[in-house]
Order: sequence, then C-alpha cells, then structure tokens
Amino acid sequence: MQWLERHVPKLVLAPSFVAVLIFVYAFIGWTAWISFTRSRLMPNYEIVGTIQYERLAASPRWETAMTNLAIFGILFILVSMVLGLLLAIFLDQKIRTEGVLRTIYLYPMALSLIVTGTAWKWILNPGLGLESMVRGWGFETFAFDWLINPDKAIYTVVIAGVWQASGFVMALFLAGLRSVDAEIIKAAQVDGIPTHRIYSAIIIPSMAPIFLSAFIVLAHLAIKSFDLVVALTGGGPGYATDLPATYMYAMAFSRGDIGQAASSAMVMMGVVFAIVVPYLYSELRAKHD
Amino acid sequence: MRLKSVLAASVAALAFAPLAHAEPQAEVLHWWTSGGEAKSVAVLQQEFAARGGKWTDMPVAGGGGDAAMTALRARVLSGNAPTAVQLKGPAIQEWFEEGVLADISAVADAQGWAAVLPASIAGHMKCGDIWCAAPVNVHRVDWIWANKALLDKHGIAMPTTWDEFNAAADKLKAAGVTPLAHGGQAWQDATVFETVVLGLGGADFYRKALVDLDKDALTSDTMVKAFDQMRTLRGYVDANFSGREWNLATAMVMNGEAAFQIMGDWAKGEFVAAGKVPGTDFLCASTPGDGYLYNVDSFAMFKVDGADKIEGQNLLAELIVGQNFQKVFNMNKGSIPARTDVALDDFDACAKLSAADMGASSAGGSLLPSYAHGMALRGAQAGAITDTVTAHFNSDMSSADAVKMLAEAVANSM
Repeated sequence: MQWLERHVPKLVLAPSFVAVLIFVYAFIGWTAWISFTRSRLMPNYEIVGTIQYERLAASPRWETAMTNLAIFGILFILVSMVLGLLLAIFLDQKIRTEGVLRTIYLYPMALSLIVTGTAWKWILNPGLGLESMVRGWGFETFAFDWLINPDKAIYTVVIAGVWQASGFVMALFLAGLRSVDAEIIKAAQVDGIPTHRIYSAIIIPSMAPIFLSAFIVLAHLAIKSFDLVVALTGGGPGYATDLPATYMYAMAFSRGDIGQAASSAMVMMGVVFAIVVPYLYSELRAKHD
Repeated sequence: MRLKSVLAASVAALAFAPLAHAEPQAEVLHWWTSGGEAKSVAVLQQEFAARGGKWTDMPVAGGGGDAAMTALRARVLSGNAPTAVQLKGPAIQEWFEEGVLADISAVADAQGWAAVLPASIAGHMKCGDIWCAAPVNVHRVDWIWANKALLDKHGIAMPTTWDEFNAAADKLKAAGVTPLAHGGQAWQDATVFETVVLGLGGADFYRKALVDLDKDALTSDTMVKAFDQMRTLRGYVDANFSGREWNLATAMVMNGEAAFQIMGDWAKGEFVAAGKVPGTDFLCASTPGDGYLYNVDSFAMFKVDGADKIEGQNLLAELIVGQNFQKVFNMNKGSIPARTDVALDDFDACAKLSAADMGASSAGGSLLPSYAHGMALRGAQAGAITDTVTAHFNSDMSSADAVKMLAEAVANSM
C-alpha cells in the first residue's frame, strides 16, 4: 500500500514522460541528424557534414526570412507589450464597464490566426479595404499600400499580429496590476505622490515577473509564427514576408528538400533556445536561492 | 516472380473474367477535388468499376498537392504505398530512385503507348528502360488569353512577338485599360517568366537554361533581356495584383477590366464555365515566339503486393491511356489528350490549336517541359529559379543582378 502511494505519481506521469521523450526530444535528435545529410524527397541517413547549413547561409531567401523574423519579432513584442500595458492601466481606473471592455479587447485572441490574417488581408488590400474606402470619401491621394509593397509588407504582419495579441497581454498585465498590494498604493496616495509616478515607480517595477512571462509567450509566438503570414500575404510579394517557419514548410513540403528544411528547423530551435534558456536558468537559480 | 504473378493474374483474368475470382483493386491518391476535376476523376472510377474493379478513392486536397505528397511520404515510409499516385515530371523519377515504383511495361507494350505518345512526353513516363507512369493529359502553359471586344475596340491584333505585345500593351495602358491581368503569386510569376524565356531565346535556349541549367545560358545576355521584359511586364499589371489568384485574373479579362492574361489552358475552363465562347468572346494564342511548353498530369504506379492489386494497377494504367478516358477527361478539364490518335472533333478551337501545335513542335524538337509547373526540374532547382524570378518581379532589382542571383541560387540548390 505504501509502495503504491509512493509510486502512483511516477506511474501516472510515466506515459506522458515517455511520449514527450519520444515525440519531442527523439524527433529533435532525428531532425538534427537529417540536417547533416543530403536528404531530398525522402530521409537519407548518410551524414555528409554541414552542407545544408552552408546552403542555408548562401540562400538570399533565408536571409530575408531571418531579417523579417528580427523585424517582426522585435516590433511585435514591443508594440504588443506597450499597447497591452496601456490598455491594462486604462482599464484599471475602476471604470464601470470594465467587464465588457475587457472582453472586447481579449476577443481577438479567440480567433484563429488564419481568420485574423484573412480579415486583415481584406482590410489592407488597397483595392478593397482601407485605401479605397478613404479614397471613396474624397481623399483621392490617400495611399496605404503596405500589403503589396515588398519593403513594407512585413509591417502589415506586425499590425495584424499586434491586433491579435495585445488584448491577451492586457489581460496578463491587468492581473499583475491587481496583484500589487493595495496598501502600498494607498500609502503612496496619502503621501501625495502623483498617479503617473505611482505607476512608473511602484506598480510597474513590482510587475517584473509578468513582463518576463509576457515576453516569453510573445517571443515564442513570433518565432513559430506561420499561419498569420500564410493567410495575410502568402509570403509575398515575392518572398518579401517569408519567415523561417514558412521557409521550412516550403522546403519540406513543396520542394522535396528535407535536409534543407531540417537545417532551417535547427536554426529556428537555436533561436528559441537563445531566448528561453536564460529565462529557465534565471528561474531555476531563483528557486535554489 | 513478379512477372509471373502478373502473367498469372492476366491469364486468370482472361480465363475466368465472369467469375471474378479476385476483383482488381486500386487505391488512387490524387488531389483532383474541385468541381470539374472531381467530375473528371469520377469518369475513371466508373470505367474501372465497369471492368469489375474495386476503386478506393484517396483524395487529399490542399496546397496544390503538398498535402497529398506528405500523405504519400507517410504511406511509402510505412511500406504501404497506394496503387497509383498523381505525380508528374521529374518527381516520378525521384520516387523511382527511392525504389518504390512498379514496372508497367507489360501494359504499355501491349497497348502500344510508344506509338501514340509524343516522344518527349513518353520520356517522362519512363524510369530507365521501363514504363512506370501513365499520362492523363497535356496542358499547354504558353497561352495568351485575350478579351476580343477590348482588342477590337482598340484595333489590336493578337501579338506574335514580344515587341508587338509591348506596343499593344502601351496602347491599352494609354487608353486606361490594364494590359495584363496577373496574379502576384510566385508560380504565376514563374509561368510568365518561362514563356518570356521561350519567346525571346527560342527552344534551344530554353532547353539549355531551364532544363539543363547550363551556367552560360543562365548568365547570358538573352537571360538579361528576359528579365528586362519581365520588368516591362511589371509595368503592365494593375496595382492590386499581389497575391491574387489566377482565376480572379482570368475574370478580369472576362469582364473587360484587363486585355491579356498569360496562363496555362486551365484558364480556358474558367472562360467556358462562365459561358464564354472561344473566338467570339475571348481569343487564345500561343505566347509570342515558337515552341510549346507542356504540363502533363500523370499517375505513377507504386509497387504493391497481391495479384488483385497488381491486376488493378494494370487495368488502371490501361484505362488511363485508353481513348475513351483521354477524351472525356480532357474535355472536362480543358486540356488535350496525351495520346495523339484521339479524334478531336468535339473539342473547341483552342484545344485543336493546342493539339496541332503539339504535333508540329514535337516534330520540330520544340516540345518542351514547363519548368514553372514542375515538369523540367526537381523541386529544389525549380524553386530556386522561382525565388529569383519572383524576387526580381516584386522589387526594383536590376536585370544584371537578377541574372547573377539566378546563377547563384541554382548552384546553391544542387
């Protein structure tokens, strides 16, 4: 009986542990192996060295994809956090219809990215959406053609992504704002400290863990971002809005170039690790202290 | 052993046909799931059933066949390949090299395929010395479609050289008509590009550059001119072309918003479905220059076990290349039969033109595989070229830079 009590948690966890071991870590290992082969249509297990990574480095399309990831990732995370924080602070002013507003702002998160992408594709299409509407009002020179401009198209992905995610970030921050000790705030108010100082000097610094969580969630959303680009721009114009994930998909599933796809997947994983490992490290260290 | 079982199966089929001791089985993986295409496949199913076969349909829609290829990979890796798979171009030989394709030479020889198929198309159906795939149709890619009323109104004849095309387009543009209906998707950019290369460089240059990937041809002045022409064409499309589907571009020609479209003959299906008549409402002609770019759909036959399945496979191959299916299927789909001995009386004028040109270019050595539609090159190489073409078309890259990038991309894809 005692044996059972001791071992039940382990037994219950074992299947999912084994599943994770195989379907996550074993397949990461498999992908790593494939990335060092010349696999084309089908996997080929003969290791030939770093040729796939050299091809990756020489590919202008991959360069575009990584540049886009940097632009999209930084802007998406930054703008979502700033907007989310502002919305949370405004909602935190004990307003009457907070419940309704919160739901409205959070609602985009309930949509699939495909729907978001398609809707924004129509909104941003110069011939159908915003541009033609404003021109219809008589502003004939109004131009907003970022969607079809290869240099600007990646920013439309940022717009749609921010629209989708900032409500969720707002919810995170709102919870953070509510968790700040009300006594401290009241004490500050009694001392006559202006509201913006209360926020910038007391509340926001005490929410540091929330910032970190929001950052991690947004960062991995940005890196694995795929469906938004597919629905919004299809990677175009040309391949101007390609992201690493869409590059990987094209190589693996359209072009029969599995080795190349595997190497790009490994680089993507490297980027995720570069962000997540310091976070995990700090978390673990905090526990040990 | 396998040959024996094939013989045994065919003998058994002949001797005991009414008894149907083991009905022929075929599992067919394809992505013809849209209206007209599904109807076309149903014809094959009915014929197969009429001959006593049992058809297991395995349609996998999505991604222009990407999803089907993923399904195929999984099936082959698990050692349970479908009987026949919709595959085309060098992908057939690529799968053959994986050692998973079957030999259907017995059927091909008995049916005399070599005599009725154009030589260059027959070449795609062979893996080494054996037949391993059956062709379904021939789509011509280098078509230019036009709105007849618009051309008449502006006094423009169908262009026969790119210079004539440019002159006509300038005239239309000055009159406020979009000269070229185009969808800004990479494969559509590539489709236009290959017709330009063929038109400006001729058949031999096309073969050297886009089939043999000869470095000198890829970096030649002719290729620079081809990119120059692409830049000129960029000026003839409307502002909203990015990401547009090809059938919406066809609709622009239909509605008189644009004059021309360069697209394969699946565009004809759109015109006909809208009740337009070739010759009166719209015009079809080959794109400027000589030659013929084909896109041939075919079924590759995979190795299967069991006499009933092998029998089904052979029956399927026979029916696919059979006169009746070739005619009915292609009338539905807008393409022309791959075999040259099918009576074309019921086909429209564009199809007859396509068949006549195919015969002539086959004799003249200018019957060429389309690179943009996966007939000429393997996926990685074709993709590398398309990346360059679409990057050039959608930016202000110079033609000289594009040619340099093209050669590098092709070398990097090997």
